[in-house]
Amino acid sequence: MDAALAQLLQLIANGIAIGAIYALVALGLVLTYKATEVLNFAHGDVLMASAFVGWALIAGAGWPFWLAIPVVLVFAATLGWVIDRELLRRIAGQPQFAGVMLTIAIAFMIRGAVSMVFGPDSRRFEVPFQGRTQFGPLVINDLNLVILGVALLITVSLFWFLGRTRLGLAIQASSQNQLAAYLNGIRVKALSSLVWALSGAISAVCGLLLAPVALVDIGLWVVVLKALAALVLGGFGSVPGAILGGVLIGVIEQLAGVYLPDGSKDVAAYLVLIGVLVVWPRGLLGEAHGRRV
Amino acid sequence: MRFHYDTSYLEGLRLIRYRQDWILWGLLLALLILAPAFLPRFFIGEVTYLFILCLASLGLMVLTGYTGQVSLGHAAFVAIGAYAHAWFLSQGAPWVLSVLGATGLSALVGLVIGLPAIRVSGLYLAMVTLAFSIVVEQVAGRWKSVTGGHNGMPVPDLVIFGLSLGGLKPFYYLSLALLVLVVLGLANLMRSRTGRAFIGVRDSEAAAHALGIQVAGTKVLAFVVSAAVTGLSGALLAHHVQFLSPEAFSMLLSLELVLMVVIGGLGSLRGAVLGALLIGMLPTLISRVKPLLPDHIAKQMGLEIFMFGLVLALFVLYEPRGLNGRWLKFRAFLETFPLYRRDTFRRGKTYMKSERYR
Repeated sequence: MDAALAQLLQLIANGIAIGAIYALVALGLVLTYKATEVLNFAHGDVLMASAFVGWALIAGAGWPFWLAIPVVLVFAATLGWVIDRELLRRIAGQPQFAGVMLTIAIAFMIRGAVSMVFGPDSRRFEVPFQGRTQFGPLVINDLNLVILGVALLITVSLFWFLGRTRLGLAIQASSQNQLAAYLNGIRVKALSSLVWALSGAISAVCGLLLAPVALVDIGLWVVVLKALAALVLGGFGSVPGAILGGVLIGVIEQLAGVYLPDGSKDVAAYLVLIGVLVVWPRGLLGEAHGRRV
Repeated sequence: MRFHYDTSYLEGLRLIRYRQDWILWGLLLALLILAPAFLPRFFIGEVTYLFILCLASLGLMVLTGYTGQVSLGHAAFVAIGAYAHAWFLSQGAPWVLSVLGATGLSALVGLVIGLPAIRVSGLYLAMVTLAFSIVVEQVAGRWKSVTGGHNGMPVPDLVIFGLSLGGLKPFYYLSLALLVLVVLGLANLMRSRTGRAFIGVRDSEAAAHALGIQVAGTKVLAFVVSAAVTGLSGALLAHHVQFLSPEAFSMLLSLELVLMVVIGGLGSLRGAVLGALLIGMLPTLISRVKPLLPDHIAKQMGLEIFMFGLVLALFVLYEPRGLNGRWLKFRAFLETFPLYRRDTFRRGKTYMKSERYR
């Protein structure tokens, strides 16, 4: 196999690994969007806050990695639950814009609070997956394999939860039509808070997975913008679309970094976002858009 | 509450309805004209900066407040205005031409982006503009031959018709004059047929279409006007900061602009100005309060952004009509003094309504 092809495959493999994280972040976004029709701009900051809490527990307090994970998950889930129950519920029924503004406000507050508590420095903590594995010509970090595995695990269990369990079906029902679900005895408010908690927990997983790849830094929230591009590419509001879009954005970024001019890696995701929305707003797997008067 | 009893159609169209408003506006203008005489030098610069922010906020208000199109990326147009102005000046263009060129270029980019972007609306438009502003920031950082990249770009001195206006006071008056011109222009635009079309498109696209308003054209026009005004503010900002670097036009500036129009109160020019004043002064206020706080909090960077978030959250939750709404309530309280009823402004109960298919 010649070197160019090997490089291409290596880039795609790396892209899929980073794209898996984007896909998970996008998954968290799409869950809350479907449940409450709020695009959660604070998602990236919950992620960033969980990475910092993870750092404080592992590197700061010296906890073992496996003990810290459930604590961080509970922390992020509680944060998501509180955000929905105490803040977003108050603006139900107001225009969509109010939700955007409120989540941006929450994002600023989380970012400010984290920066006040932890300071502006970047940090890192040790994770147990340090080795790398050889697959033919490809060298893949164990961490990337773990990321991919976790992403697959979460996706599959989420599909099972939403499609096969009573609670999951109730969540789907209330996301399709809140009033009808309510009239059928589904506790819509409690469920939407539950979805926010779930989304928070997923973002905590992303934070912990992303921390060893990037540093634990205030700027970690930017991943939410990449996830937006993934959502748009995959089709807004579609769960499989979010996964597919995330992986594709990861691959596109890696390829753009090598084959396109300098600097295009940083803007590739956003150019894709603009292009898809302008030319093909439905995305890859999106629902058809109707206009109701 | 003040009820309008108009006796002719033209009465409803007047720019300023009441004699006392004329007096109040006149007093405000006189105060602003006289202010540099007794303000310390530092504050003259600060107030000039507030004027420039007001301009940018007015630009966004046309789009978001009046036409209902949310843009989360208006810092891009500030950046385009600033860089274009600095570049034209460095190529030897006279100041007036350069400002016109920067404004025009910003409007042109607004048109180029607005034409396709307006096909999507609501959340999608917000995302397109957000992505656009990130791309513009990156381009400003990479296009070294024009923008100087991350090393920055010096802005030539302000010289109009051979007259150097680089000092604090002349620049103050120049900014004030442009601000007054833009406010008057926009106030007139908003009571014209075009402005009413903007508001119609915001309130109901279907109804506006049924009334014969070209919905798509109106949206693009609003985008262009908004980009032009914001570009103008960018050109002035270039003189204020005197050294351009891409970090100054990051997403934070876009979000600050959105904060200004939301906190000020969507759909009113007064709100745009009030919001710009509050958000523009907030960092200074915070730095004044900081010495009173415990040391480990005061020294960190996050306090400012936390306060931005807190103020925005409080407004969204408790006063969605912003500072302008608060002002209207206060005025109604004064005018009806012993008889003021809180329920006049009570918000009806709202229920979840799907916007998924709009």
